[in-house]
Amino acid sequence: MSKSGRFSFFYFSSPQSFYPLAGALQPWFAALAAILCAVGLYISFFVAPTDAQQGESYRIIFIHVPAAWMSMFLYLVMGFWSGVGLVLNTRLSSMVATALAPTGALFTFIALWTGALWGKPTWGTWWVWDARLTSELILLFLYIGFMALQSAIDDQRRADKAGAVLALVGVINIPIIYFSVKWWSTLHQGASVSMTSAPTMAKTMLLGMLIMALGFWMYSIAATLARVRCVILERERNTDWVAAEIGAQA
Amino acid sequence: MIRALGWVLRRDLLLAFRRRGDVVNALVFFVIVVSLFPLGVGPEASQLRSMAPGVLWVAALLACMLSLARLFAPDHQDGSLEQMLLSGEPLVVLVLGKTIAHWLMSGLPLVLMAPLLGLQFDLPGDALAVLCISLLVGTPVLSLIGSVGAALTLGVRGSGVLVALLVLPLYVPVLIFGAGAVGATVTGTGPEAHLLLLGGFLALSLVLAPWASAAALRIAME
Amino acid sequence: MNWGSWQNFLAMGGYGLYVWGSYAVTLIVLIAEIAALVMRRRGAIERLAKYYAARRRNDET
Repeated sequence: MSKSGRFSFFYFSSPQSFYPLAGALQPWFAALAAILCAVGLYISFFVAPTDAQQGESYRIIFIHVPAAWMSMFLYLVMGFWSGVGLVLNTRLSSMVATALAPTGALFTFIALWTGALWGKPTWGTWWVWDARLTSELILLFLYIGFMALQSAIDDQRRADKAGAVLALVGVINIPIIYFSVKWWSTLHQGASVSMTSAPTMAKTMLLGMLIMALGFWMYSIAATLARVRCVILERERNTDWVAAEIGAQA
Repeated sequence: MIRALGWVLRRDLLLAFRRRGDVVNALVFFVIVVSLFPLGVGPEASQLRSMAPGVLWVAALLACMLSLARLFAPDHQDGSLEQMLLSGEPLVVLVLGKTIAHWLMSGLPLVLMAPLLGLQFDLPGDALAVLCISLLVGTPVLSLIGSVGAALTLGVRGSGVLVALLVLPLYVPVLIFGAGAVGATVTGTGPEAHLLLLGGFLALSLVLAPWASAAALRIAME
Repeated sequence: MNWGSWQNFLAMGGYGLYVWGSYAVTLIVLIAEIAALVMRRRGAIERLAKYYAARRRNDET
C-alpha cells in the first residue's frame, strides 16, 4: 500500500508500519495528558471559586463531566473505526476499535462513580436516576456488551466484524436511548433535578472542565496507542517482523 | 421476493407449531414472572397499580428475549440457515420473514395474555387497552432488535446470557415508552405521544434491523 | 482560591469524603489501567518469546 519514495496516507494502515508509529507517539500524548491534567487540577482546586449553592462538593464536576464526555466520545470513535474495519476490511482499524473499548468503559465507570459521590451530598442519595447518569449506566452496558461479544467469539475476524455491527447499532441507538431517558427523567422527577450547574457556571469552571477533558483525551490516545501495540503483538505472532521485534527485545 | 417472505413465514410458523411447547413455555414464563412481583412487594392495590406498567413490560421484554434462542440457532444447527444463505433470495427478506414468524409466536401471545395479568394488578380498563396497544406496537420492535443480537451470537458459547447483555440496553427506549404509555393513561396525561414514538421505533427498526441481522448472519456464517 | 490552611483544603468545606473519594478513585482507576497495560505488554512479549523459542526448537529437530 505504500508507494516507494512518496509518502502515502495509507502507509500506516498496516499493523507493521503502525506499530512503531504508535510507539513513538505514545510518550508525547502521555506527556501532554500529564501537563493538561496538572493545569486542570490546579484550576479546579486553586482558581475556581466556591459555589454558592453546593459549596466545595461541586468540584467533582471537573472529573465527572469530562469523564462523561470522554465516555461518549470514545464510543463514537470506537464505532467509527469498527465501521471502517467492517467496510474496508482493514485489520488495523478493528484492532484500534478493540483497543478503545476498555478505556471508554473505564471513563464511563469514573463518570458513574463521581456522579454517585456528587449526588449523595447534593441530592441525599447514593444514586440519582437523572438522565445523564442513567444514560451513562446504559452506555457502560453497551461497552461491556461489545467487549463480551468480542471475547466470546474465537475467530478473530468474525469477532472484529460482529463487534463492528454491534458498535454501529449502538451508535445509532445512543441518541435514541439518551432522548428516551431524558423524557423518562423529566416525566418522573421534573426538570429541577439536573447534575449540571450550567446556568450559573463561572468561566473558570468551564475552563477547568475543558482542560480536564483535553487531558483525558490525550490520556485516552496514549492508553489506546499502548493497547493497540499489545493487540498487534498478540495477533500478528506469525509474521516475520514481530519475530524480529521480539528477537530484538529478548 | 414476496413469495420468499411468504415461504419462510409459513415454514417458521409450521415448525413453531410443531413445537408448541416452546411457545407455551415463553407464555408461562411471562405469567410466572409477573406473578412474582406481588409476592415480592406485597399485595397492596395502589402499589401494584403504579408498578403494573413497568412490571408487565419488563416481563414481556424478558420473555421475548428468552425466545430469541429459537430464532436462528435451530436452523443454524441443522444446516438450513446455510441453505437459505445460498438460496439466492435476498437474505434481508428471509430474516424479516423469520422475525415476523418469531413475533407471531412469541410476542403476539403476550399481547393477548397481558390484559388478564393487568387485571391482577387492578389496572383500569382504558389502561388495559393501552397496554395491549403498546405491546402490540412494541413487541415487534423487541423481536426486530433481538434478531440482531441473536444473529451476532450465533453458535457462540454462552450465547444465552450474551444475547441478554447485548440486547437489553437496546430495549430500554421501547421499555420507557411502552410502560410510559400505560402509566400516562393511568395518570390521565394520555398515551398518544408515547404510542406515536413506539410507532416510530417500529418503523425505524423495520427498516434497519433486518439489514443489520442479515449482515451479522453473513459474518457469523462465513 | 485561597484555602487558608491544609486542613481547610483537605476538609473541602465538609465534603472532603466525596471530593477526595472521587479524585482518588479516578487516580486509582487510571493508574490501574496503566499498570494493566504494562503487564499486558510484558506478558505478550514473554509469551511470544516462548512461542518463537519453541518454534525454533521444532524447526531444528
